[in-house]
Amino acid sequence: MFVGAIFFPLLGACISGFLGRWIGDRAAQWSTVACMVLAAICGSAAFGQVALGGHPLVQLIWTWMDVGGLEVSWALRYDTLSVVMVAMVTFISTLIHLYSVGYMSHDATPARFFAYLSLFTFMMLMLVTADNLAQLFFGWEGVGLASYLLIGYWYDRESANRAAMKAFIVNRVGDVFFMLGLALTFYIFGSIEFATIFPAVEAHAADRFLGIPAIELIGVLLFLGACGKSAQLGLHTWLPDAMEGPTPVSALIHAATMVTAGVFLVCRMSPLMEYAPVALTVVTVVGASTAFFAATIGCVQNDIKRVIAYSTCSQLGYMFFAAGVGAYQVAMFHLFTHAFFKALLFLGAGSVIHAMSDEQDIRRMGGIWTKIPVTYAVMWIGNLALAGIPFFAGYYSKDAILEAAYAAGGGAAAYAWVLGMAAAFLTAFYSWRLLILTFHGEPRADHHVMEHVHESPLVMLIPLIVLAAGAVLTGYLFAPLFIGEHAHEFWHEAIFNGPHNHILHEMHEVPHWVPLAPTVMGVAGIALAYVMYMAMPALPARLARMFSARPEMVRNLPLIPAEGAEQQTEPNPGGLYGFLLKKWYFDELYDAIFVRPARRLANVFWKVGDAQIIDGMPNGAGSLAVEASRGAVRLQTGRVANYAFAMIIGLVVFVSLFLFVG
Amino acid sequence: MIWTLALPELVLAVSGLVILAAGVIPKRDTFFPVSMACVGALLLTAVLVLGQGDGTALSGHYVSDAFSGYMKFLALAAAAVGILLSLDYNEKEGLARFEFPILMLFATLGMMVMISANDLLSLYIGLELLSLPLYVIAAFNRDSGRSAEAGLKYFVLGALASGLLLYGTTLVYGFAGTTNFDRLGEAFSALEGVSPGVVVGVVFVITGLAFKVSAVPFHMWTPDVYEGAPTPVTAFFASAPKVAAIALLARVLLGPFGDLVGQWSQVITLISLGSMILGGFAAIGQRNLKRLMAYSSIGHVGYALMGLAVGTDIGLRGLLVYMAIYVFMNLGTFAVLVSMRRQGRAVEGVDDLAGLGRTDPVTAMWMAVFMFSMAGIPPLAGFFGKLYVFLAAVQAGYWTLAVVGVLTSVVSAYYYLRIVKVMYFDAPAGSLDRAPSSLTLVMAGTGLFTVLFALWPAPMLAAAQAAAAALLG
Repeated sequence: MFVGAIFFPLLGACISGFLGRWIGDRAAQWSTVACMVLAAICGSAAFGQVALGGHPLVQLIWTWMDVGGLEVSWALRYDTLSVVMVAMVTFISTLIHLYSVGYMSHDATPARFFAYLSLFTFMMLMLVTADNLAQLFFGWEGVGLASYLLIGYWYDRESANRAAMKAFIVNRVGDVFFMLGLALTFYIFGSIEFATIFPAVEAHAADRFLGIPAIELIGVLLFLGACGKSAQLGLHTWLPDAMEGPTPVSALIHAATMVTAGVFLVCRMSPLMEYAPVALTVVTVVGASTAFFAATIGCVQNDIKRVIAYSTCSQLGYMFFAAGVGAYQVAMFHLFTHAFFKALLFLGAGSVIHAMSDEQDIRRMGGIWTKIPVTYAVMWIGNLALAGIPFFAGYYSKDAILEAAYAAGGGAAAYAWVLGMAAAFLTAFYSWRLLILTFHGEPRADHHVMEHVHESPLVMLIPLIVLAAGAVLTGYLFAPLFIGEHAHEFWHEAIFNGPHNHILHEMHEVPHWVPLAPTVMGVAGIALAYVMYMAMPALPARLARMFSARPEMVRNLPLIPAEGAEQQTEPNPGGLYGFLLKKWYFDELYDAIFVRPARRLANVFWKVGDAQIIDGMPNGAGSLAVEASRGAVRLQTGRVANYAFAMIIGLVVFVSLFLFVG
Repeated sequence: MIWTLALPELVLAVSGLVILAAGVIPKRDTFFPVSMACVGALLLTAVLVLGQGDGTALSGHYVSDAFSGYMKFLALAAAAVGILLSLDYNEKEGLARFEFPILMLFATLGMMVMISANDLLSLYIGLELLSLPLYVIAAFNRDSGRSAEAGLKYFVLGALASGLLLYGTTLVYGFAGTTNFDRLGEAFSALEGVSPGVVVGVVFVITGLAFKVSAVPFHMWTPDVYEGAPTPVTAFFASAPKVAAIALLARVLLGPFGDLVGQWSQVITLISLGSMILGGFAAIGQRNLKRLMAYSSIGHVGYALMGLAVGTDIGLRGLLVYMAIYVFMNLGTFAVLVSMRRQGRAVEGVDDLAGLGRTDPVTAMWMAVFMFSMAGIPPLAGFFGKLYVFLAAVQAGYWTLAVVGVLTSVVSAYYYLRIVKVMYFDAPAGSLDRAPSSLTLVMAGTGLFTVLFALWPAPMLAAAQAAAAALLG
């Protein structure tokens, strides 16, 4: 059971990937789905036994490497923390596999797609059940690989290739820090097994490395690694571009599972992080900043998937600052509920895109809510959960985060709380902006598209409905276990709270207005969205012009699709609006600081270093050899007299050598 | 006078005379039976060599030991294969005259005398007995200007070399009072300081022998003679006489002049360096395969002499192994060259091999084996040959030799591998005629030796070890 949950997806990936050509696309698809169903059953059973029954265990598979003082095994560590992830990942992945059967039905190579998808699931499970940092890193890199493959799945599109490379490279930046953290952990503790590290943290609390407290440094390095995978401020730029992949990929990898790996890592390392207050402060500040920053960008984006992508980025920020204030359980809880409603939103968006003949720009949608009622309904549910409206899943978890931030006290926590509240408002606003622009108002698509608007097939709707149920119920059902009165029995020893960390208790004793505040913000955001996009549709454009440096560039809604120009480059109107529209100019900044200098340097290395010096050496040696050959051959005149002369000269040289030197 | 010790030479000489007489009498063409008889005589002699005892004979002019046995066996085998190579070629080129194999037989007799020489005079007699038939067979294709030119050049320069050798002999005799190797050795070990006259004499002797092995700077005749002489003759030139001359060089330098090692070692080092460098570079621009092989043989002599320059028993063993391997892969290569004919006409350009990998895969495969082996690529025999001499040079601290050897073998790999490239990657230039069975036999035999040497190197190593021990005592 414990092994099955992890390895069934790998089996599915192998079947589909290696045998897909012989068994056909349909068989390949359904065999992966079947494997995922088995994995989900195993995962749920494991959840029941480990988390609910309270029997954590470690399943050793085999010893991976044994080098000097470093011994690393393949082992599955099943405690509540990992089993929550296993159950969630297998469950959601199963639904997304199912959904993909419908979504990818017109694709040319579905077997390849399903192989990648299952491979990703296996790697993610490997990551979460890791027993040591090396195995975790294996999964970490594995999901990065699968993500690269899936973003670039449509490899004939240049933008997809670019996005895939961007995702991979930005992730590598984070990985460098992860590896440094891993190396430092081994240096300090002499082991990378969790079971060895965690009890030893207290003993090493005073250790220093290069004058810096070692535990703090490990914490910061691992967090920077997590930033890459979880798209936190600074290393977030790959996530919106990753939407180039097929929508189920966005739902599975870039919303529900992989991007949460960073949060998981911080929670997994809680016994260490608890002794690293500075690192936790960094986590809090970066998380809160990301939550706010991504929400502001989400308000002005026009691509339906990009809006949701920035929303994901923002929600990950919430999880991080929850962990940063010490409320790891709350972070995991939000991770858990978020997985459901964000997967729901992405799959719903996929359903919309499917209906709109692959149109992704919400300015060219509108007026379709009667035509795709089921999609419309589930999008409502997803957005209600995201905005934190009471009794939907997001309400329980997001409220808990903000309460924890309030209860924690201190400068960083206060900063996080303020930005979190603002982000909650913005979240509700952009969610409803999305909803209204997509489904309501006058149809802004051309009539060809409108005629073809249709509800998705059943195979896609079933996962949507199941996820919608999850988005409604998971908060209510699991809140008592994750963060409520049963939390202690539920988590066992999987998450460690320091002796002075009573956040779980304190967060329930905040003033009465605090739990209400996020809801108020959410409702206010929804109301504003209604005012701006339903009641006064001209207002947004006017506001946009007001905050632009070049107002004439802001185009009016209903946007008339330009003839022939499929994807125009968006003009930059400048000012605050342009600042948001261009995502705080992060891409431009990185382009100027890293990409272009690196390219210039690479160019120099290529033209001078490689073509002239490296190639020059063998080429030069080659032409030298040819010259030498010519010279040697020129001596060969063909005249006997010359030959005899050469012999005599040689003789004379040797004789003189003998007589005068030897 | 224990003349029975020289039984192999006597048998070979008598059979040569008998075959000559038998070849003259019949009116019809006796080329093939005479050739076969010569091969038989050579093989019989080889058997006798194997059973030869140790000792000196003929008033100390003749010596027989493990070293001479090893070298004679090699020379006899090379000569026998050389005759085999000429069978088909001479028929087709109209050179099928019975004198040809008999001349080769007498040349071989000269080699054996050289190898067993224990006196500067018997050395000279052996050398002349070798040279005179070679002058004749180099010009054997009398109707070809190139062949005649080759013979004449070889003769003029060979005469010069002989003169130098003789002059060196007289100098040595004048200063040491003897020409016998054993007594020369005693004289030098007893001498306090060496008189300059002897030193000059030694250099002259070295010059005469270096000419025969075509080492730089006495190599100039090689490309012209190799190109001009009929291909089987070139094959013979490049194998058996080299063995004999190298053997003589080793015996003279390590035997009587062994105590002067510090002096002649420099000369041999210079010769070796020059040969390796010239052999590596000069062949690059060659379009003619025989000319290319001439430079190649110069380079190989350079590698072999590296073992002699070191002057230790490991170096000598390396030299002996190198010569054996070189002779076999060289004969194999020449078997391919001899077989190259397009519509009955002999061709010898590198470009004529183009596309051989497709038109004649078996011949191309053997040629590739020989080329890889000559370039010294493991696990072929050529690699081990180089390995042993480099090893000896490194162990004795002759770093310059080892480094230059490695570098020049990289350079020479270029032209060897270019032939492989031409055979396998260039568009076919029209297929070559089928190789006759005598040649495919030689190719396969030498090719198998080249490929399989790595598996059973022990017997040859042991023989070379014993030979080296016999010479160095």
